[in-house]
Amino acid sequence: MVVIWLGGKGLPVWVPVAVIAAYLTFFPVAINTLRGLDSAQPRALELMRSYAASPWETLWKVKLPASLPYVFSALKVAATASVVGAIIGELPSSIQDGLGGAILNFNQYYSIDPAALWATNIVAATLGIAFFLAVVLVEKLVVRAAPEHVA
Amino acid sequence: MSTEAAAAVSLAGVTKIFERGQTHALDEIDLEIAPGELVSLIGPSGCGKSTLLRIIGDLVEPTRGTVLVGGKSAHQARLDRDYGMVFQEAVLYDWRTVAKNIALPLELAGWDRSRRTDRVKEMVELVELAGFEGHHPWQLSGGMQMRVAIARALSFDPKLLLMDEPFGALDEMTRERLNLELLRIWEASRSTVVFVTHSITEAVFLSTRVVVMSPRPGRVAGVVEIDLPHPRTADTREEPRYFELATQLRELLRGRTAEAVH
Repeated sequence: MVVIWLGGKGLPVWVPVAVIAAYLTFFPVAINTLRGLDSAQPRALELMRSYAASPWETLWKVKLPASLPYVFSALKVAATASVVGAIIGELPSSIQDGLGGAILNFNQYYSIDPAALWATNIVAATLGIAFFLAVVLVEKLVVRAAPEHVA
Repeated sequence: MSTEAAAAVSLAGVTKIFERGQTHALDEIDLEIAPGELVSLIGPSGCGKSTLLRIIGDLVEPTRGTVLVGGKSAHQARLDRDYGMVFQEAVLYDWRTVAKNIALPLELAGWDRSRRTDRVKEMVELVELAGFEGHHPWQLSGGMQMRVAIARALSFDPKLLLMDEPFGALDEMTRERLNLELLRIWEASRSTVVFVTHSITEAVFLSTRVVVMSPRPGRVAGVVEIDLPHPRTADTREEPRYFELATQLRELLRGRTAEAVH
């Protein structure tokens, strides 16, 4: 529905697909980020208060670092969900050379050429894993110092 | 006793009633602490000693009464960064190394990098953690974590060190060692310390004065001057006077709180 609605607005064809992918990933990440920002120990916040830290400094130096493990576990889930969202979003769109279009297309020729449909599945799975690993890599770089039990 | 303006902490009629549940936590506390003293607040759990400490540190507002810290309001003293706080848990920031944990209050106070580095080095030596600057908190033992917390609290030279059962979660041996270290640090820095504890022997060993509190509502049941000579060493714990003072405290505690103290 979103695809058809946005498709009629004269936007580039990829926009509605991106909207679906974003829609699927936004809430898990947003909710986990909020939870993460709230995860700092009350004592840790009191300590910042005793240092006369401003709310901005408390956010930057305590709340944000404390939220990172939460943010990254949400991003890992979202990385794969975004691929699913993009493929599903492509199905009703007019994009023919995308992965979703290819799946739809090869599905019709499955009895003649089953390998083509399986190939698209493998490409889709690889793409999901690649996105996941990309997030893991960024996490390793950003949360270098996190103890094992948090990550 | 010094004049009011010079008192490190001056409490008059401090009363705290928690709205929720109408808990009467503290009732008419009057207390003067002179600069350079190490005063312990002791009492059974629920006597409001931690609440009193937090009122002094402007983390909790008193319902009634006045709190002056070095002649200023507690609020102003907090804004002026006069407080170093240490809690029962070390509350170190896991994503920061030992050195960066100690440097955090200095960053907030706007010290430049080279000054911070010098200060951190000094503090690490003071608490005997040289060589561990690059470690992360979870790589340290409980006692070492507590020493980092003390170094962090002292790094910016606060006028008043507020400690809320800092050694309560540690084993007896580590605790006795850290007691000695705290005395050494206190003698070196000449800061004023308010120390909350539920250990009678710890209170006697560390303090210049012990304030005994009774529970619900928290009141001052008595103040005991600890006239053991300084510097105190491990042998202090074997002196007859040490046991006399411990007995005196125990009786004061028992007098008001028969069931709460065994």
